[in-house]
Amino acid sequence: MNVLAFLIPVALLMGLGGLISFLWSLKSGQFDDLQGATYRALFEEDDIERDKSE
Amino acid sequence: MSLEQNSVEQFVVEGLSCPSCIRKVEGALKENPKVGDARLNLSTQRLSVEWANDNHHDPDDSLLIIDILKKIGFNAYPLREKKNTSDETELKGLLRAIAVAGFAAANVMLLSVSDWFGADMGESTRQLFKWVSALIVLPAAAYAGLPFYRSAWSALRHKRLNMEVPISVAVILACGMSLAQAISGSGETYFDAAIMLLFFLLIGRYLDRKMRASAKSTAQNLVSHQSFFANVLNRDGSITKTMLEHVKIGDSIIVGSGERVPIDGCVIMGKSQIDASLITGETTPEEVCIGSKVYAGTINLGQPIDVKVEHSSGNTTLDEIIHLMENAEQNRAKYVRLADKAAGIYAPLVHLMALLTFLAWFFIAGIGWQSSLITAISVLIITCPCALGLAVPVVQVVASGRLFKAGVLLKSPDGLERLAEIDTVVFDKTGSLTLGTPQVDSFGTAMVKELQIAMTMASRSAHPLSRAFVAFCEAKKISSAEKVEEIEEEAGLGLRAIHEGCEYRLGNRKWCNIGDDHDQVSNHSEIWLVGPNNRTVKFTFKDKLRSDARETIDWFKQNNLDVIILSGDRLPVVMELADHLKVEHYFGEIKPQDKAKKIEELKQQGHKILMVGDGLNDAPALAAANVSISPSTAADISQTASDFVFLPQGLSSLVDAYKISQKSRRLVFTNFGFAALYNLIAVPFAALGFLTPLAAALAMSGSSIVVILNAMRLNLANPVDFGRIKK
Repeated sequence: MNVLAFLIPVALLMGLGGLISFLWSLKSGQFDDLQGATYRALFEEDDIERDKSE
Repeated sequence: MSLEQNSVEQFVVEGLSCPSCIRKVEGALKENPKVGDARLNLSTQRLSVEWANDNHHDPDDSLLIIDILKKIGFNAYPLREKKNTSDETELKGLLRAIAVAGFAAANVMLLSVSDWFGADMGESTRQLFKWVSALIVLPAAAYAGLPFYRSAWSALRHKRLNMEVPISVAVILACGMSLAQAISGSGETYFDAAIMLLFFLLIGRYLDRKMRASAKSTAQNLVSHQSFFANVLNRDGSITKTMLEHVKIGDSIIVGSGERVPIDGCVIMGKSQIDASLITGETTPEEVCIGSKVYAGTINLGQPIDVKVEHSSGNTTLDEIIHLMENAEQNRAKYVRLADKAAGIYAPLVHLMALLTFLAWFFIAGIGWQSSLITAISVLIITCPCALGLAVPVVQVVASGRLFKAGVLLKSPDGLERLAEIDTVVFDKTGSLTLGTPQVDSFGTAMVKELQIAMTMASRSAHPLSRAFVAFCEAKKISSAEKVEEIEEEAGLGLRAIHEGCEYRLGNRKWCNIGDDHDQVSNHSEIWLVGPNNRTVKFTFKDKLRSDARETIDWFKQNNLDVIILSGDRLPVVMELADHLKVEHYFGEIKPQDKAKKIEELKQQGHKILMVGDGLNDAPALAAANVSISPSTAADISQTASDFVFLPQGLSSLVDAYKISQKSRRLVFTNFGFAALYNLIAVPFAALGFLTPLAAALAMSGSSIVVILNAMRLNLANPVDFGRIKK
């Protein structure tokens, strides 16, 4: 049964980690524009810079 | 977000269709030194611009942004109303609550399952698991349940019962009872049921709020589409582009050819034709000269005119129409949503059942108050409207997604429910049954080459007739001609160009030197093309019926809905159209006030009315009807007044919207049916004391899944396609 004393906290901590990272991403506005985010992932960082020079 | 409140301005951007739009828009804006940061939100179609100079920017900078975007092909408008932050914070709060409840539910289920199935588990381990569950669930339920507790509390304070009351009572009692069981070390705990209940209900509530918020933001985006600046003529003769809010009474403004009149006023210089179809429904252009009144929303078809602003008197046609509309809207606020109706019946019933269970066990069976209470609580847990909380929102979310695909924007959250109840469809004529813009009707003896040259010339002009002509040529797959040079436009008259050494002119009679005696002058708008050797070609324009108007009306008639045409246009025109469409009931030459009155009359006869209209003159009627829909080309006020806005050229999206509303109403009812059936089976078990935590968990998630799957069936329905039916 000693293993439980180890496993339960580990499981809980992992869950908490997920929860906290979700709350953080929510707070930092990553869920504000779900449609846009699907496309932004495909842009190169310097694309906008290059468009400027054109 | 890092963007600060005061230095940020919001815009609504139109025409965002491709992924690279984001890059184009943001790239172009960031080039400008005045712009600090620009971020486009594709979901809301809004753009946040952070100014580089934090403290101050003048209103002209907003126009600058709009100009920049116009150059790269997007129409932008400053967002009229302030961003509704309370909606956003509520949604985010709900998401946080869902996350917490989801985390707790998943982890507790881990412990509960081992408790239910771990036959060889020792008593002390069981006890440990119960305490760990309590440790996870109690804080999680306290936090995630807050939206429900608050709403329940405010309902109770006003001596009402809503859906949140039984939810709150069930969650609190389930947690309390389980805690008591854990302390006493005997009996079952319901921690998992309590938190799972919250998890599912929060999802339902989130979907509901999300839909309302997006309907609201659609409405706000539409409001912002109004013309927002005017060209003000200064004393020294110079012209400044000014935001509409800053235009004062008595200012003179210039309305160019093809432009929309931005504000009510009186013509002080120039002579022109005005297309007032948006206001009166009358399709023949109206001649205006010095002293004539012009109204916001009308289009100047002829030469530029100077207009003196006289808006604030409060007695303008526009104000009167707005006033009428507001009056009519008040009646509609009385509508009670289906979910609230269901809650009104359900909540008292649940409490009554729990109370009866308690009384029966306590007095008849005589098992003591603790055991009776536990049984009563288990009735509350099992009856809790898990499926009911999801029944309406899930269907609505799926339905609004379907509507969006059909080209219909949902603007008011309960519009869908009201649409399902209609028995009469009232159409406005101009702009609703017809396209509302001129379409090429005939093109005389034109040869392909001439069409090509004319199209190339017309594509340089913003005049409505030119645009209609270009659209016509594009539809006919006529490409633009090469080597058309020196194209010049004379505002209000026409265009001139050189092709292979010959001069071509495209424009009105005067421009092309054609006398009134040449060919008859008709009611329809016309333009002429004059080529070498004085060869003339006449193009006439007419407001055409939407391509599927006939089929749409037939469909409504076949489905036992009354169809009525209500128009402000002249009676003979309306009669001709009604004959063509085989509509028996029609009214012409009707004033805006009378339109709304007519609708009220019909409503008093017990009809439920869908009003389809676009003009300012329809706005009061749109607001008075049970439910209303307007095309995206409609006057701003009409779009504000209606529940739906439809995008494409065809009317078939109306049929789609109606079918979707009917289907979703049926699905909501079957969902209610499922919820009732589930209760019918589960409640007797719970009342007799046979409920186990496992059964509660299975019943709860099972019924929720059934309800969601049922709602998804909406996606199986096919959209109407009149083209296919005809074949």
